[in-house]
Amino acid sequence: MIEIKEVHKSFAQNEVLRGVNLTIQKGETMVIIGRSGCGKSVLLKHIIGLLKPDQGKILVDGEDITSYNDNELNKLRKRFGMLFQASALFDSMSVDENVGLGLREHTDLPETEIKKKVTKTLKLVGLSGIEEKKPAELSGGMKKRVGLARAIAMDPEYVLYDEPTTGVDPIMADVINELIVSCRNALSITSIAVTHDIVSAHKIADRIAMLYEGKIIFIGTPEETKNTDHPVVRQFIEGSAQGPIPAL
Amino acid sequence: MGRNTLVFFQDVGGLAILVKRVFLGLPSAFTRSRLTTEQMLLMGVNSLPLIALVSIFTGAVTAVQAVYQISDYVPMRYIGTAVGKAVMIELAPVLTALVVAGRVGAAIAAELGTMKDTEQIDALETLALDPVKYLVVPRFVAGFIMLPVLTIFADTIAILGGLGVSTASLHVSPHVFLNGLKDFFKMMDLTSGLLKAFVFGSIISIIGCYQGFKTTGGAEGVGRSATKAVVISSVLILISDYVVASILFG
Repeated sequence: MIEIKEVHKSFAQNEVLRGVNLTIQKGETMVIIGRSGCGKSVLLKHIIGLLKPDQGKILVDGEDITSYNDNELNKLRKRFGMLFQASALFDSMSVDENVGLGLREHTDLPETEIKKKVTKTLKLVGLSGIEEKKPAELSGGMKKRVGLARAIAMDPEYVLYDEPTTGVDPIMADVINELIVSCRNALSITSIAVTHDIVSAHKIADRIAMLYEGKIIFIGTPEETKNTDHPVVRQFIEGSAQGPIPAL
Repeated sequence: MGRNTLVFFQDVGGLAILVKRVFLGLPSAFTRSRLTTEQMLLMGVNSLPLIALVSIFTGAVTAVQAVYQISDYVPMRYIGTAVGKAVMIELAPVLTALVVAGRVGAAIAAELGTMKDTEQIDALETLALDPVKYLVVPRFVAGFIMLPVLTIFADTIAILGGLGVSTASLHVSPHVFLNGLKDFFKMMDLTSGLLKAFVFGSIISIIGCYQGFKTTGGAEGVGRSATKAVVISSVLILISDYVVASILFG
């Protein structure tokens, strides 16, 4: 379980998170929605210790990770996987090296086993025969799927998705949504996704939380989100320029 | 306190922390020897043609100008001495370092800057890998080892350049040139140049990595980091050249 308690974060004069409170239960998929630049990715980076909050706590299975040193953070991160918005594949490495990096660095598995595991993980995300390709040779959708394969290659307990469907066509977006759901079902992982793609949020979420003006202003199931009267959430899910959220 | 002063002290502090983390992470250069070897190839072997070109002309011009400066009052048999000492103590280490700073320092800053901008460095951290151990330590070790190697190569080529010009157009026989080089050679001539090269190699890789890590602002930021890496490395090379020379010969 992940508990985010009163987390504040500022960059220079810009206060991005203003007391975020959120609990993610074991095994659920929590989707955090909100406008671009509202701090969703910042919140995600706090959960995996890439950023430290100015105030507040982040508890992973009851332990506050905000006071962890580098070694403790690295130990924690082995339990996490993360899919980045632009995939963040290592340009200088092949697909095989990207997906197998964690296994090669942190396990004593023989190379043949690692190759098998890489091939199996790539198959899970619907890719095969691209192990020797470099990221520059892949399409946007393939990069996302390789990024997902890298995130789940170490069999993590938690997977974080930063805008998983941004930058891909609607059909590929649906393929990625299906993959997120099937990975969760196959691997029993706890997932946290941040997105402004409402279709994606409804498809993959067990619960949806909305981040607005640095705080979580709504939490509910996809059904509750669809039917809510909350004016900010309504405006966001309807994609309307009229309402309490300033359009510009 | 002005903004520039604050940025200067932030950079000094940031560099000190990076250097400390690199030294603490040095054992990882052996456990990840493949990464270190790759960087040694990129920094060293791939720089050889450019270093050879620069060195041959450096040796040649040193010989020509030495003749112009000393021919009225020093016998021509000392031309080999003048070329050898100038090349080994000063010209080969400094010019090699400046060439490598331009070629490799900029490349390191641009590569790491792009990695920072595209979240690849964050991705390394999420895979529980320390970017300093994974990216900086191999580049530091490669710079530390390869700059002296390149300097020895530059010494050899520059002396051959001086020998060629002396023989072809300055009417000094190879025998006389080489005797002049040999008779007044001191091991200190070579070791002082190599000591400088160790320092310069460390500066180039650390500054390149530091500038790469602090890149912000997309493609423009990457370009700015590469330029800064070259300028700052070059200035520090010249300053440290003076400091090392003062310590060794002062």
